Amino acid sequence: MATDFYDINDLLTDDERLVRDNVRSLVSSKILPSIGKHFEEGTFPTELIAEFGRAGVLGANLPEEYECAGMSDIAYGLAMQELERGDSGIRSFCSVQGALCMYPIYAYGTEAQRRKYLPGMAKGEIIGCFGLTEPDFGSNPGGMLTRAERTNTGFKLNGTKRWITNGNLAHIAIIWAKLDGRIRGFIVPTNAPGFTAQKIERKFSLRASVTSELILEDVYVGEDALLPNVEGLKGPLGCLTQARYGIAWGVIGAAEACFECAVDYAKDRVQFSRPIAGYQLVQAKFAHILTEITKAQLVTYRLGQLKQAKKMTPQQVSLAKRNNVAMALETARTCRDVLGGNGITYEYPIGRHMLNLETVFTYEGTHDIHSLVLGQAITGIPAYDAPMPDPR
Amino acid sequence: MKILVPLKRTADPDNANKIKIAPGGAKVVTDGLEPKPNPFDEYAVESALRLTENGTNPKARLAGDSVVVATFGAKEASQTLRQALAMGADSGLLFEASDENLDGDLVARALAKVVEREKPDLVVMGKQAVDGDSNQVGQILAERLGWPSATFAMSIELSQDKKSVIVGREVDGGVIKLKLALPAVITVDLRIVAPKSITNHVTPQTHNYQEGARYAPLPMIMAAKKKPLAEAPFASLGVEGVKTSYVKFEAPPARKAGIKVKDVPELVQRLRAEAKAL
Ligand SMILES: Cc1cc2nc3c(=O)[nH]c(=O)nc-3n(C[C@H](O)[C@H](O)[C@H](O)COP(=O)(O)OP(=O)(O)OC[C@H]3O[C@@H](n4cnc5c(N)ncnc54)[C@H](O)[C@@H]3O)c2cc1C
Repeated sequence: MATDFYDINDLLTDDERLVRDNVRSLVSSKILPSIGKHFEEGTFPTELIAEFGRAGVLGANLPEEYECAGMSDIAYGLAMQELERGDSGIRSFCSVQGALCMYPIYAYGTEAQRRKYLPGMAKGEIIGCFGLTEPDFGSNPGGMLTRAERTNTGFKLNGTKRWITNGNLAHIAIIWAKLDGRIRGFIVPTNAPGFTAQKIERKFSLRASVTSELILEDVYVGEDALLPNVEGLKGPLGCLTQARYGIAWGVIGAAEACFECAVDYAKDRVQFSRPIAGYQLVQAKFAHILTEITKAQLVTYRLGQLKQAKKMTPQQVSLAKRNNVAMALETARTCRDVLGGNGITYEYPIGRHMLNLETVFTYEGTHDIHSLVLGQAITGIPAYDAPMPDPR
Repeated sequence: MKILVPLKRTADPDNANKIKIAPGGAKVVTDGLEPKPNPFDEYAVESALRLTENGTNPKARLAGDSVVVATFGAKEASQTLRQALAMGADSGLLFEASDENLDGDLVARALAKVVEREKPDLVVMGKQAVDGDSNQVGQILAERLGWPSATFAMSIELSQDKKSVIVGREVDGGVIKLKLALPAVITVDLRIVAPKSITNHVTPQTHNYQEGARYAPLPMIMAAKKKPLAEAPFASLGVEGVKTSYVKFEAPPARKAGIKVKDVPELVQRLRAEAKAL
């Protein structure tokens, strides 16, 4: 049974419960049996992509007219939670596909672009990646160097993107580039001449996920590659808001998986005269974790209500992403400790979640970037940038 | 072919160790446990779906085939029916009743009424509900209908003309195969959801099902909202009166701690002298 101390189950509709339970059984039957091996070997389970398509988890909250599942935002959040109970890398695949690639086509694209891409993407036949971050521009994407120039038939793109999830799996890349000094989004086929993707190897986090560097050298695309209905940083940030919403839910799944594993373990593991679960220090850890998971659940549930009422702000999403990811990472570390030496092995899922969550802490706006978002919301003073003092 | 699958909700069987006995042993208290479909009933739904589809396209029933699911229970039990509809069943029937006012005999009589109305060719059901473990509804139902029945099915083979089934049943030392003329009642056991346990002469022989009951894809959950789910009071079936009353519930005695022996000779000696096992 999942951790549900405040009976949040009671707040859910039948459909939301069905979504949660069915994605949970998808994860138990298809993902959990092999995910440890994929993580160990640093491979993405490509054999599951078609299954995700069949299951309808890709772009699941987009409308049915584009062959998506048309689920409510809370149901979508619960699906992300269950996927990340399996692995953050799997949830990342689905977040990137749905929130970072399908969403901008849906929200900023033409009707023709929607019809061309969304149904195939929902089925997992067309895979997308999202290229915003660059080697020298992470937290500060507005400084990006990637450029688009107009040509007679469309556009020419040049630049380098780094840390791009699904980069080597993707058929299309949503590339953010400056056109006449303004940030614009482009749908770029990854087989276009001049486009190369290089897998980033030797990661200790999100190992069951492909992360790549994309190099664009005179990549020519047509007029119809441009996402016409957005300009400026609010384009990519709008996508990130969608993805961060899913992350805020997702990490609860990872935290619950660690917590439940640690509690079971502690009840069995006898040291000195009793199971370690019977010692006050261990119980205090569990009391803290349960409290934090419960708070995170309430934050996301309310966030989901706000999103469904179309009242959710990006700052509210920042609070949830920041709080819940930090909660999950701390939970994973504490649970790792409860398992002692066993906690560092592949025998238990905790180490894998702990390592994965290091990425989740950093991507989609680092923990501290969200502190700055909230700081600005509180004080009205943006604190992201400050010119270096003149040394003279 | 039309198949009727009766369903029951049970307190989360994965947490059965959390149930309590009310003071005085009057009843079992399941507070705080989420109701879940009885696992054997989920296997029955899976079996009915496998019988009525081409396994390579599990979204659609075969032309002329349908699966109806029915439950007697609280209004909230509609969720269990929705799950079955999302898995692929065509329609659901909820007869509102309180579990406390039902026993195996009354459920079987009520099901006989449902069968009269729905006229299925086959009733596929779980061998028992994991809460009461009574294991009698299928048998009583078959008797009342005058239909042949096979219990604890581990395999079902539907004949090409859809007029009979061959049911495999695991027994001590092997498997018995029974041929039943339809209409019939089959109760299923765990092994019915093995990858190749069901044959309908449409799903290719090479097809391997995933072990267990299928999950419902999200679009099917949405589509299930539009499938017919009729609700009616249990009384509308025109049967009443339970014949079983529970005298008292008792929790099983807590297990006593074991003892440690220092070596094999002591173990043998104790097994002989105390446990009388040798
Ligand atoms: C596995 C993985 C997958 C990813 N997938 C994608 C993807 O699909 N698409 C994509 O576009 N990007 C992706 N990213 C990139 C990710 O979003 C960036 O790593 C993230 O935005 C941080 O950028 P950076 O790594 O350059 O770190 P930096 O921006 O250099 O940050 C380093 C540290 O400095 C701090 N910092 C930065 N600025 C400030 C400031 N003003 N005040 C205080 N502290 C500050 C940060 O909080 C952080 O602690 C991925 C990253 C990883 C690791």
